[in-house]
Amino acid sequence: MPKNKLPRKSTHIDMTAMCDVAFLLLTFFMLATKFKPDEPVIVTTPSSISQIPIPENSILLTMDPKGQVFFGYDNKDAKAVMIKDMNKSRNLGLTPADEQEFVIGASYGGSLSQLKDYLALDPFEKKKFPFSGVPINDSSSDLNYNELVYWVQSARSAGDNIGKTPRISIKADSKTPYPKVKKVLDILVDNEIDRFNLITSAEAIPSGTAAYADQKGTDG
Amino acid sequence: MADIEVKQGKKGGTKRKKLSTTVDLTPMVDLGFLLITFFMFTTTMAKPKTMEIIMPSKKKTDKPNKVKDYTAMTVLLGKKNKVYYYYGIGSDPKNPPKIELTDFKPQGGLRDAIIKLKKNVAETKQRDLGVVPGVEASDQATILIKPDTSSTYADMVNALDEMQINGIETYALIDITKEDRNFIKLKDNVQSGGE
Repeated sequence: MPKNKLPRKSTHIDMTAMCDVAFLLLTFFMLATKFKPDEPVIVTTPSSISQIPIPENSILLTMDPKGQVFFGYDNKDAKAVMIKDMNKSRNLGLTPADEQEFVIGASYGGSLSQLKDYLALDPFEKKKFPFSGVPINDSSSDLNYNELVYWVQSARSAGDNIGKTPRISIKADSKTPYPKVKKVLDILVDNEIDRFNLITSAEAIPSGTAAYADQKGTDG
Repeated sequence: MADIEVKQGKKGGTKRKKLSTTVDLTPMVDLGFLLITFFMFTTTMAKPKTMEIIMPSKKKTDKPNKVKDYTAMTVLLGKKNKVYYYYGIGSDPKNPPKIELTDFKPQGGLRDAIIKLKKNVAETKQRDLGVVPGVEASDQATILIKPDTSSTYADMVNALDEMQINGIETYALIDITKEDRNFIKLKDNVQSGGE
């Protein structure tokens, strides 16, 4: 019997194609990525069927379960203008380096008097900073008492200055008591801000409801 | 180093090893996938979804809208995600509304009550349009959401979400009144007495 000779095959695979794919994906992710912003508190938002994406250029008010408010703003240009103005009008004593630190930093949830000390800390210590929320103690619109109003107004005027009026997004925890949310809403309504975007996590539309029928109608 | 190699006879020629032109790309692929993994974990692909809400402005110039009793339903949000509702606006003290206790469950919860309200409004309109004064073609089911101080943000969002799910176009988030608090208390007493 003649021996069946199998041709010896090399175990090496040409990696070029795989390499191409890997780098293609890598490029995609690098371009598409937007790093998760550092969050001051962990917030579990309630879910809703809303599909409206968060508007660009928005002021983000985060509320933790205790009702403490953190102020954030996703427009860095406006933020730079804003902190400069605030520094001047409130004599916060911030150096240009502090201002820069604020612009690139995450949400801030303390009083104005704490701001300078906070910005001087290194990133690791910043995370451990004992925040107590932006003061909203008095619901009157007097700027000396209610710093939240001051923050929001400064942010809005800074946004207007660079030609991008900000929207207001509120991200509150499911367990935040309603009166705390109500207080923030009231403060803003008192200042003639009456449109909000409440950040919620997505949820499927239950079948057999009016919204479901609507969606079906628009799809087909 | 830089001198030109002069071709000599076959015997004296420097023998060169033939180098393969293929490079082993495995480490490069490894690195590529490592970076992909890193970017995949740090990225936020989906933007968070939001729910738009427009609060009534406090300017006095706005004329308050009158809610017709037959189109209205009042939803009270209590503690522990409990929901109390009654049909009508409950403004008549002599004839207190019947309070129902429910929740946000998809079946047998607030949703069913809202669907019933919509049906009632549609039927009443069909029957009484042009017969009973005050019934107009433009009437819509209207829901008043009154969160109590013991409710949470999740309750509020769930209630607003129900409005969207059921296609209710006129609804308002308003302050709870003393009467409504009493309604909740009464209902709670009946519940605990019954058990």
